[in-house]
Amino acid sequence: MSKRIVIDPVTRIEGHAKISIYMDDAGNVSDAEFHVVEFRGFEKFCEGRPYGEMPGITPRICGICPVSHLLASAKAGDAIMAVNIPPAADKLRRMMNLGQMVQSHALSFFHLSAPDFLLGWDTPPAQRNVFGIIAANADLARAGIRLRQFGQEVIEILGGKKIHPAWAVPGGVRSPLTEAGRDKIRAWLPEVYATTQVAFDLFKKVLDSHKKEIQIFGNFPSLFMGLVEPDGTWEHHGGKIRFTDSSGSIIADQLDPQKYYEYIGEAVQPSSYLKSPFYKPMGLPDGMYRVGPLARLNVAEQMGTPKADAELKKFKKLGRGAVMSSFLYHYARLIEILASIERIERHLDDPDLLSGDLRADAGINSLRGVGVSEAPRGTLFHDYTVNRDGLLKKVNLIVATGQNNLAMNQTVAQIARHYVRGNDIPEPMLNRIEHGIRCYDPCLSCSTHAVGQMPLQVRLIAPDGTVLNETLRG
Amino acid sequence: MERLKVATVWLGGCSGCHMSFLDLDEFLIELAGKIDLVYSPVVDLKVYPNNVDVCLIEGAVCNEDNLEILHKIRARTKVLVAFGDCAVTGNVPAIRNQLGAGNDVNVLQCAYIDNAQNNPSLPKADGIVPPLLKRVMPVAEVVYIEYFLPGCPPPADRIKAFMVQVLSGQVPKLEGTQLKFG
Repeated sequence: MSKRIVIDPVTRIEGHAKISIYMDDAGNVSDAEFHVVEFRGFEKFCEGRPYGEMPGITPRICGICPVSHLLASAKAGDAIMAVNIPPAADKLRRMMNLGQMVQSHALSFFHLSAPDFLLGWDTPPAQRNVFGIIAANADLARAGIRLRQFGQEVIEILGGKKIHPAWAVPGGVRSPLTEAGRDKIRAWLPEVYATTQVAFDLFKKVLDSHKKEIQIFGNFPSLFMGLVEPDGTWEHHGGKIRFTDSSGSIIADQLDPQKYYEYIGEAVQPSSYLKSPFYKPMGLPDGMYRVGPLARLNVAEQMGTPKADAELKKFKKLGRGAVMSSFLYHYARLIEILASIERIERHLDDPDLLSGDLRADAGINSLRGVGVSEAPRGTLFHDYTVNRDGLLKKVNLIVATGQNNLAMNQTVAQIARHYVRGNDIPEPMLNRIEHGIRCYDPCLSCSTHAVGQMPLQVRLIAPDGTVLNETLRG
Repeated sequence: MERLKVATVWLGGCSGCHMSFLDLDEFLIELAGKIDLVYSPVVDLKVYPNNVDVCLIEGAVCNEDNLEILHKIRARTKVLVAFGDCAVTGNVPAIRNQLGAGNDVNVLQCAYIDNAQNNPSLPKADGIVPPLLKRVMPVAEVVYIEYFLPGCPPPADRIKAFMVQVLSGQVPKLEGTQLKFG
């Protein structure tokens, strides 16, 4: 008789989710499914509103990466006005995006994921969190907290607020970097480079001690997608789309992000509020692709800054062709933190950022505009259709985490297959399954534009709905 | 003195209030010495315990899961705090209320049928995907709330001012600019 195991809620991810594991007659794992259980309906309730409001509303999709929505939304507005924004505005937007990359990746690494690989899988749940890290290694916790703080301060210095700054607008940005702000950011640099090095040293030990996890935490072929510059350099805010496959070969390059709908489709999974985008030319299931740090490093040929390039070379050696294990998202995140700090430093030396020419002005010149930016978790698309008055007629948002949905399901199944046997399911094994999800750092508030907490429920369910066995953990 | 048992929950919101809580930065380390965080999206305890002293509630009440946990929290907690504008007023998630009757179906229709190319259908799985409520509500419309901490999100210094008062056993009071929305 086939059964289903449910994990509810999944914690230490940035969202509301449950996991179902389907068992076959022999008591082996047949499949797994990751359910997102909240939905707020942004795509609908934004209809009828002026497109200029969107950079104010859409960051409220997600408090973890509000800057991504702010920037994608402003860029969609640029496209509706059909303007090229002033160079200073583009550089300032980039700098804010880099600040966000640092804060979000630091959060994922130190606050959410480190409790697993530093404290150990079998640590009691009550200690396995950021407060547990504080208790076990206060210096490391403080360094991680301060690295995130640096990223948040870059955002605040530019936009006036750490979360939901009202700053980027269609046509540009509201205010430049000040000299005082520039000096404040510069003063942080030695410390954040040092913390990044500490994180690398630490993770290299994790690489040695977690060989098994690297093998089974989402280690399978898939496509990878991300923005790149024309020469294949890592991009985070401009550039064009590239897809590569698991052998590392480019299967499509320099695709116009404005025309994403020509190559990305969205599928609905009945038991989740999270949709599953796929690469249209290959259909489902072959069109499954991953986005985010691992994917960006797989599609990029170089990072474009010296320290990060040296790390990228080491990273690429971990795969034959593409680096396939999702456990290595953690490593990719550290390399992106380093690249972001190097690029922030480079921006600080650019006098353009103090410029007052920050806005392009125009009316409605195009009735459809798509804004694309790399969010910490992957490529984000905002697609707006407006009427002649600039009121929104249709809104479609494709967010990073959704694009990893299919890969997350496969990851859970792969881990479950390895650990889960029959009805005996000890807590640390469940945590490994949850960590499989955590590798992707899913941001579920984003993904459903929508994102609970209840007891962790493990249920074995027969096809007729009878509960065969049930446990609760607290 | 016995350590304060604190919980934080996340209903229908963007998690920005929780992120702002993390923006307490190094004050978190101080806090770790004074409180037990007994339930939160950032810890792994999955059952809301009994006898919690203070619970910060982020987000509006959007679906049946939110409703169920909110009643449970009220029954098991001494002091509830509406944490951020969505909890206080409904804020952004409540924009869908303006679509009037049937908004709970319309928003799903838009996302899962109009904007889908493969298997367009409304998500439905009993006991897994919670149905949306017909109307999004602020938390005080569902249960009694002791304190309100506004902001979108409340800035970290406001959260700190509030927590410091709670920790010293005072009746927390926010005034002037500390009471701003947005």
